[in-house]
Amino acid sequence: MPKNLRINSSNFIDETTRVSFKFDGKTYYGFKGDTLASALIANGIHLVARSFKYHRPRGIMTAGSEEPNAIVQINGNTAYTEPNVRATEIEIYDGLEASSQNCWPNVNFDIGGINNILSPLLPAGFYYKTFMWPASFWEKYEYFIRKSAGLGKSPTKPDPDLYEHKYIHCDVLVIGGGISGIMAAKTSAENNYKTLLLDEKPHLGGTTIYQSSEFNKINNQYSSKWLEKEISKLKNIKNLEIKTRTSVAAYHGYNFLLARENLTDHLPLNKKKDKIRQRLLKIRAKKVIAATGSIERPLIFNNNDRPGIILSSAIKKYSDYYGVVCGKENILFTNNDSAYETAISLFNKGIKINAIIDIREKVNSEITNHAEKIGIKIYNSYTIVDTSGYRRIKEVSIMKLSKDGQSVTGSKVKIKCDCLGISGGWTPAVHLFTQSGGKLKFDNEDNVFIPSKYPSDQISIGSCNGEFDLNTIIKNFNQNIKNFLGIDKTSFEDLKINSTKEILKKNIWLLPSDKAIGKCKPFVDFQNDATAKDIKLALREGFRSIEHVKRYTTTGMGTDQGKLGNMHALGIISDTSGVKMSDLGTTTFRPPYTPLTFGTIVGRNVGEFFDIFRKTPMHDWHVDNNAEFENVGQWKRAWYYPKKGESMFDAVQRESKAARDGAGILDASTLGKIDIQGSDASEFLNRVYTNAWSKLAIGKCRYGLMLNEDGMVYDDGVTTRLDENHYIMTTTTGGAATVLGKLEDYLQTEWPELDVYLTSVTDHFATISVCGPNSKKIVKKVIPDLDLSDEEFPHMSFKNAKIDNIKCRVMRISFTGEQSYEINIQANFGKSVWEKCMDAGKEFNITPYGTETMHLLRAEKGFIIVGQDTDATLTPIDLQMDWIVSKKKYDFIGKRSLYRSDTIKEDRKQLVGIVTEDPREVLEEGAQIVADVSKKPVEMLGHITSSYFSPNLNKSIALGVVKGGKNMLGKKLFIPMKNKIINVQVADPVFLDKENKRLNA
Amino acid sequence: MFIINCPYCGEREQSEFKAGGEAHIERPKQPTELSDDQWAEYLFMRKNIKGIQFERWVHVHGCRKWFNMVRDTTNDQIHAVYKMGEKPPIK
Repeated sequence: MPKNLRINSSNFIDETTRVSFKFDGKTYYGFKGDTLASALIANGIHLVARSFKYHRPRGIMTAGSEEPNAIVQINGNTAYTEPNVRATEIEIYDGLEASSQNCWPNVNFDIGGINNILSPLLPAGFYYKTFMWPASFWEKYEYFIRKSAGLGKSPTKPDPDLYEHKYIHCDVLVIGGGISGIMAAKTSAENNYKTLLLDEKPHLGGTTIYQSSEFNKINNQYSSKWLEKEISKLKNIKNLEIKTRTSVAAYHGYNFLLARENLTDHLPLNKKKDKIRQRLLKIRAKKVIAATGSIERPLIFNNNDRPGIILSSAIKKYSDYYGVVCGKENILFTNNDSAYETAISLFNKGIKINAIIDIREKVNSEITNHAEKIGIKIYNSYTIVDTSGYRRIKEVSIMKLSKDGQSVTGSKVKIKCDCLGISGGWTPAVHLFTQSGGKLKFDNEDNVFIPSKYPSDQISIGSCNGEFDLNTIIKNFNQNIKNFLGIDKTSFEDLKINSTKEILKKNIWLLPSDKAIGKCKPFVDFQNDATAKDIKLALREGFRSIEHVKRYTTTGMGTDQGKLGNMHALGIISDTSGVKMSDLGTTTFRPPYTPLTFGTIVGRNVGEFFDIFRKTPMHDWHVDNNAEFENVGQWKRAWYYPKKGESMFDAVQRESKAARDGAGILDASTLGKIDIQGSDASEFLNRVYTNAWSKLAIGKCRYGLMLNEDGMVYDDGVTTRLDENHYIMTTTTGGAATVLGKLEDYLQTEWPELDVYLTSVTDHFATISVCGPNSKKIVKKVIPDLDLSDEEFPHMSFKNAKIDNIKCRVMRISFTGEQSYEINIQANFGKSVWEKCMDAGKEFNITPYGTETMHLLRAEKGFIIVGQDTDATLTPIDLQMDWIVSKKKYDFIGKRSLYRSDTIKEDRKQLVGIVTEDPREVLEEGAQIVADVSKKPVEMLGHITSSYFSPNLNKSIALGVVKGGKNMLGKKLFIPMKNKIINVQVADPVFLDKENKRLNA
Repeated sequence: MFIINCPYCGEREQSEFKAGGEAHIERPKQPTELSDDQWAEYLFMRKNIKGIQFERWVHVHGCRKWFNMVRDTTNDQIHAVYKMGEKPPIK
């Protein structure tokens, strides 16, 4: 480590603990407490990255989360790798490996740097303009463009880290632990508010904590010393929780905020293990105090992006906080007083200041006079017109500014340097405030947007509210916080403050050069390589809205979201177009304030916890019997049960045949079940189903079709009348929750006079469906007491029964067209009754079948599946189910829509059967149906909704919707596929047993 | 994310609720008497107001009760919640 770059001992760096880390493959040392940036600077390294578009050498520019340039990939090639990590934020630890992004073969010699020479050919919108022609070539260009673009590399391995989410409720949330935030948190907690204080840095104190200046004193002590004591007092305050390394990412309405708490990112790899890496805090605060501070602005001048060009405040932080010197030959370039603070602080440490270049005329403030007195050379009314030095700044060229600040005059002066501090004033960090819905106003004096209208119970204090000197901050604090918290007194009212106030302000958004703008590179967005020239080009090309200019030039669209340069972009647009800043407004600030890892967002919802899944009571049996599962909503349903060596097709063919030839058994527990009770239950069913229910006898079942008010089929299922005022309704598996919701809606809002109560009992019952010619014999064995004769227990009826003294309900209903019994029993007995049925059925070759076979069997019968054969555009008439629509009933949900001019059209898509000319040819579901393949463009008549090879009919069958299909029986149509055209014919959708003989076989 | 004061349960997170569109659109008592246009008016036409809007909400992951809400769609401020069948407390 070049020793003379460490200049003084610091309270924040532990110089007794040496930390070794790697940067671009080389090992370096820093101290505990260093960020990667401070450690690199201490090692004399400034060139850390190449820029995104032109691959220009770039250095560390800031000391905080606003850093645009120094973003690195850490721990590359491991599962822990992370791209776009800000070197200014990541704390070094033993074993940290970081590397530069955007360069090949390395950061010092980068082939992509050719783009810088080609840059006149790469203006804003270059990719849009060039590669869009011819349109079909984009696919070919894209590969190369994507390869040369991009920031860093995504991890390719699963994230090994743990993350979690935590809810926090508090009375007062204070965002930012600088001087304002600390005073606010203390005042709030002392007044009995449960208070949470968050700060993104490892230590509290903001910039004040290293402010040891004669010009910033509180009660005759350095403000840093005063604040240190205040911070030490916080520990003893009840009601106050403090979280550091915690960055607020989002501020939503109703004071709901998201923050990321970093728990292990600063720890060595071996200490990270098995700990929570990051925690997403979901905070609901009654009141929010934003003390988010401000971000120093750069100045926009020609070649303002070289390594060694650093924000003036960052230079100060590196020396005062980290004890690291950025350069030995320093120049400061400014339009305000704060660079003088840096200059004086460096001077006091014996670091050479070659010059201060100030665009203002001579200023007579206390601090500028002091700088002059100690012998710093000050160039007033000067600007930098160019810089030189490829991998590190070497020299600046300055010229006198004209009176109006729009051009330069006189002769060029060149001054050597190895570090240039720049300060263009301060931008209040209003990001979170605007995210919450707050409205900004523009302050013409300071050229800043500051909060004006608060959308919730919140307040902005300190420099994020446009208060920049200590005196104003404390004075306003006392006033505003008392109002906000409803208190009479704070403990900060009698402080004696010494601070300087800026007396002369001057702002030029784009500083002139002796060269024409076309020959200059004044960077506005350092990360996305957008220059003032690009913004002006966008305006010339007709872009007016700030949102459009942003997207066209990509200004402010990097991972730093333009924290440094957005104000300048606005200023340049305002100057060029003549629209006032206040009228121009800002682009929208969106969460997150700083990037979040996916892990933090996802938390514990990974792997098997990604989504909940529901299992039936017989699930384990299906698993034991080799079932493949299908996801139906959140349910895992047995799909088919392949035997050894069987394909899915083989298994389904075998199951389907067995169900019709012998016996099949299906787990139907997932069907929605709604218990309906009340004296108006029958009337209610009359209103929600298309058919009539009043006359359904107790103990009978009926199939019902439910429509939406627009007449389209919504759900179907069998409902059984258990008693006079008691029904059980079954719904489709996927529709269970929404059907219940819809029924509740009507009951509560349209028909509150009806005496009806609904309860979901889906999970309470296991449902076992036994079907096939032998089903009666099997059920007889399982429930010997039950009279199963056709006279006593006909199709579409129900009986109460008992199995081993456990009550159950048996319905004789069929979705396969076979004689079939459905046993509903308390869920926890589901598996044992299922096994009982299997034992009883052994002699009849009972075959368990899954959803695929169920679908095939019902298709043979032409029964629809809502959601597969229907898609919310089909009425019962379209489905050729006119028989289920009551003509007599005065009203039911959707009735009126069945004779709207649109729904009575003859050429609507209607459900029909489709058979192929070649009986072995099985159609693809979703395949398009056409009448004429030669006419271009080919007119699509409809599509296939269900398609199977039927083992019982030994031919291919399909259902499909076809325009006007109802009147096309026997018509020949075509299904064009990628490499052939399949001849088909419209058929009756009932393929098997049209007379329903098998129901009583 | 709002905090909604369910008239039956009190203040709860928005994630427990579901919005149900514009409020105070009564289902016609005699739909069969309506012309296509009148029926379409009921079925499809909604105001989608920028400003104060009367809306239906349901506490779907709570008491499952429907209720009405007066919300300013420009800033999401909730001005009132009231039970189904009650008159809006605000004009």
